[in-house]
Amino acid sequence: MINEQTEAPLLETRGLTKIFGSLRACDEIDLSIAPGEIHALLGENGAGKSTLVKMLFGVLDPSAGGILWKGDPVTIGSPGEARATGIGMVFQHFSLFEALTVAENIALALDGNVPIDRISEEARRLSLEYGLPLDPSAHVADLSVGERQRIEIVRSLLQNPELIILDEPTSVLTPQEADKLFETLAKLKAEGRSVLYISHRLEEVQRICDRATVLRHGKVTGACDPRQETPSSLARMMVGGEVAEISGAGLGEPGETLIEVRNLSAPSRSPFAVALRDIDLSVKAGEIVAIAGVAGNGQSELFDVLSGEEKVGDADAIRIRGKSAGRMGITERRLLGCGFVPEERHGHAAVTEMPLTANLVLSRHTSDSATFLSGGPLGLINTGAVAKAAKRICEAMDVRKSGEDPAAGSLSGGNLQKFIVGRELDRQPVVLVVNQPTWGVDAGAASRIRQALIDLAKSGSAVVVISQDLDEVFEIASRIAVINEGRLSSPEPASTMTRERIGLLMGGFHDGTGQAHAEAVHAH
Amino acid sequence: MDMTQAIILTIMTAATPLLLAAIGELVVERSGVLNLGVEGMMIMGAVAAFAIAQLTGSAGLGALGGLVAGMLFSLLFGFLTLTLVANQVATGLALTILGLGLSGMIGEAFIGLPGLKLAAIEIPLLSDIPFFGRLLFSQDPIFYTSIIAVIGVNWFLFRSRAGLRLRAIGDSHTSAHALGVKVVRTRYLAVMFGGACAGLAGAHLSIVYTPQWVENMTAGRGWIALALVVFASWRPTRVLAGAYLFGAVSIGQLHAQALGLGIPSQFLSALPYLATIAVLVIISLNRRMTLINTPASLGKSFVPER
Repeated sequence: MINEQTEAPLLETRGLTKIFGSLRACDEIDLSIAPGEIHALLGENGAGKSTLVKMLFGVLDPSAGGILWKGDPVTIGSPGEARATGIGMVFQHFSLFEALTVAENIALALDGNVPIDRISEEARRLSLEYGLPLDPSAHVADLSVGERQRIEIVRSLLQNPELIILDEPTSVLTPQEADKLFETLAKLKAEGRSVLYISHRLEEVQRICDRATVLRHGKVTGACDPRQETPSSLARMMVGGEVAEISGAGLGEPGETLIEVRNLSAPSRSPFAVALRDIDLSVKAGEIVAIAGVAGNGQSELFDVLSGEEKVGDADAIRIRGKSAGRMGITERRLLGCGFVPEERHGHAAVTEMPLTANLVLSRHTSDSATFLSGGPLGLINTGAVAKAAKRICEAMDVRKSGEDPAAGSLSGGNLQKFIVGRELDRQPVVLVVNQPTWGVDAGAASRIRQALIDLAKSGSAVVVISQDLDEVFEIASRIAVINEGRLSSPEPASTMTRERIGLLMGGFHDGTGQAHAEAVHAH
Repeated sequence: MDMTQAIILTIMTAATPLLLAAIGELVVERSGVLNLGVEGMMIMGAVAAFAIAQLTGSAGLGALGGLVAGMLFSLLFGFLTLTLVANQVATGLALTILGLGLSGMIGEAFIGLPGLKLAAIEIPLLSDIPFFGRLLFSQDPIFYTSIIAVIGVNWFLFRSRAGLRLRAIGDSHTSAHALGVKVVRTRYLAVMFGGACAGLAGAHLSIVYTPQWVENMTAGRGWIALALVVFASWRPTRVLAGAYLFGAVSIGQLHAQALGLGIPSQFLSALPYLATIAVLVIISLNRRMTLINTPASLGKSFVPER
């Protein structure tokens, strides 16, 4: 690190290494963050970004190497010590407590014994100052994801940190909410604080960051000024090769309607679930309809009624290939030729403790009983046939795994996602419904999954993709709809849809409630 | 002493061990640990209290011994589930079975011996208040402790910063750990507090309620205490109400039998459990209530990544 800098960096790491078993999650990382800069940490999932920041925040102990704070070596043994040093952190998966109030959540992160009332007041003041309105007495369980993130940010600001680490902060926000966040970050920078901004969204990084450090497989593969780079040169540093270009071209004229939802309403199952209201949607053979929206606006509820996990009272509300399917369960719908891939990989789409072959049988036990089961009424599992199918799926989707038939949980997120998508594609479903197909998946795996979805549509199936990722939506969709508070906008052709329009629909501008939201956003 | 006073007194005596054991378990469960060994810790407390009272001739030392015995026994649970990360349900059940057996062995020498009774403490002036003075202010020290425990736990959980941290651990131990809260240490302390309360509750049985040693003398009270915590939806004041309600039912059952009312005693003994099931159903109907009151990480083992 022969770096001729006039002032010492605020934070510097030298040869920082973390080893889990045989995996070098972070391998001799050198990083330096100057005072008053927004520094991006770029990398794919599993590149070691989270491990690195956990070491900086004292959650993990480094295996080797050291951390320098303002030029002096420091050991950060716990989050408390990190905070005392002057480091604040906003976690990706929020470290909030649903059962507690906003003020209590904030109090937990503060050391010492400041009375809760004082914290409430201070939190209210700070949240207004930075344009992040919060009600200290609300229970976290009742708040939206965006509001939860504000708590995290205000919580770290209360400690007056010199360095704030944000882990994938915009992944849960609407474009408008994200703009708001960038304003807050600019304000922090103007105050002379540094920000370590972790992301894999290149446009954002180019827009707000002064410098970037790129990680791949636990190693630093580049340090640059993101404004001097192009998105594709940044992507190359992240992925280490060209990312396969997705071609949505060639989706032909749509054919007959395969799945149709008419006037579907479903009450919310719990106070935190979203009620579905008057959903209309029809998807034809050979097309991909993407449903965009901010998390928690009814996506999982919509998926559940489409898959049959949640049945609806009116059997005609959902018609699959002309049959009334509203009251059918998952297996019956699968027998009609449907395939479903839920959002949550662990525990919903796959049983993590079980091997891949068992997970294959679990989803296709009835629809493929002819191949997978033998012995007639005994229903014995034909292990040979299952193993063959699992192998075929892994080869088709390039699933990288250790061993012949490992537990689903031992695969990395991207590889498991490729497997559970491949598991459905392997049947050539006539209708495929996928919820967040590439959530938390690296670029290589994501492009493979997207291409597979396009190929399926080309072969004449109807595909519904529920996704929060707008890039993905524009890449693959023939038509785009937006879900907001349980209402679905009517799908519009992807060629005429714009990001601005999606942003407005996400904010609920198709009804009266959107106005209030917009005013809140622009009040600052 | 009139009849009403006598009945209320017996109810209070029946309720005190339930209340103490339940308030201890409430703190344990609020920290996210499910210790099903309450019955075992209680019976160890009972036998230790009786034995120490016999050997030292002091019922006060006996009560203290019961408390310490419950606490030591809970440490065994803590070591197995928190340090060795064993399954909490299985370990708790094992603790109960072990406690019942071990206490039987220790107590064999004491069967049939007349016990020492912990003397009541009359609080000057207050105990002279007509009717209530006798009920509330001339009781044994364990009764006073049980009431102070409810007030103290309520204050601790909802007013103090340490209590907030404990509730946070019970809600999400991974988040709490990420914030730098000491998860395992807090849980050890909670488990020990629960053990001490259960031990003292057991001591109440063998040196206050019926000053003698009988094998299995807890007779399922540990289980009622466990049910009470759920019944109270993890709220100390509701534990107080629930314990007295269940105490009243168990005394009422005796009177009902004496009066020859046609209610089978088995039905009355089953009432607390039926009430708990009913409450569980009602709670789970309202998901928001469940989310805000139930410790979300209850019964889940915690292994910090390092």
